[in-house]
Amino acid sequence: MLLSGIWTVMLLLSLACGLGCGNAAAVGAAALEGANAAVELLLTLAGPLLFWSGLQELLARSGIAGALGRRLSPLLVRLFPSCREDEELSAALGANLSANLLGLGNAATPAGIRAASLLQARGSPDRGELCRLVVMNTASLQLIPATVGAVRQSLGAASPFDILPAVWIVSLLSVTAGLLAEGLLRP
Amino acid sequence: MKAVLALLPALLLTLAGLWGLGKKTDVYAAFTRGAADALPVLGRVLTSLAALLPAVYMLRASGALEAAADLLSPLFSRVGVPPETVPLLLIRPLSGSAALALGIELMARFGPDSPVGRTAAVMLGSTETTFYVISVYFGGAGAGVSRRVVAAALCADLVGFLSAAWSVRLFFP
Repeated sequence: MLLSGIWTVMLLLSLACGLGCGNAAAVGAAALEGANAAVELLLTLAGPLLFWSGLQELLARSGIAGALGRRLSPLLVRLFPSCREDEELSAALGANLSANLLGLGNAATPAGIRAASLLQARGSPDRGELCRLVVMNTASLQLIPATVGAVRQSLGAASPFDILPAVWIVSLLSVTAGLLAEGLLRP
Repeated sequence: MKAVLALLPALLLTLAGLWGLGKKTDVYAAFTRGAADALPVLGRVLTSLAALLPAVYMLRASGALEAAADLLSPLFSRVGVPPETVPLLLIRPLSGSAALALGIELMARFGPDSPVGRTAAVMLGSTETTFYVISVYFGGAGAGVSRRVVAAALCADLVGFLSAAWSVRLFFP
């Protein structure tokens, strides 16, 4: 609903501004130009997106995601101490984190929800670990932002993935900020 | 580093194929099934583009976008954020496909290797659809949404937004 509000305000503003500044005809033409541009952009985007989506499923099915998940358990124990006594929780969290790192949205969500249900069932009074899990998942932790790379590639970027180091640093900063804020706000 | 990044798609594809074949996975079928998963995504992106781009194009044609950018740029220039990317900050937590549509528009208009295009790309790559994730996780766990998490996640988004602009200036001066 919030998006509907923003969208309607955009339309209203451009109509008012167009009439006020004498650009009314241009505004009318622009509406259809926008729809045309939508189709053109999608066509250039389709190939790279299909490629990365296929590659991501391949990473998931080939067992690379699982191997990564097992390597991550020392880190998980620090963030989620309940892992130590709960094998199932540890596996679900490992699967969630490794799928996030590889950008496998389809695999990350079910594993994350399973981990969230297990944490909720443990019923810690301040729900610290559950909140931490959700905050971690709202801040993207992808190692390879495939969709954005696909877009950059389709638009002719010189080196589509040269933004990777920047993305890693920003992801790390934002997830740290989220976890710190969650800790500070805890009663 | 640069050569590895340029080779990344081909390298990953080959490695994953070899690794999977070593584990006796049907790697070809895995790839085609994954590519099929992109079809509904393309549909959602197209409909979002079809809704958002007319609005963005209208804003531009009317002169409202320029006026707003002129008005906002002193403030955002001070923190080093390109004012053109501000709409992305508003939409990113609300809708993944709308944010992607807006980011695609920015990258197409200003160029994928321009400061605006890169900032939009880093923002999209390092943030998530916050409200969607929160509702799916708390809903899936059968737990009430924690206001603390909403605040913390939005704080993470803001830090991501500011540091995206900062890191682009750092890496691509």
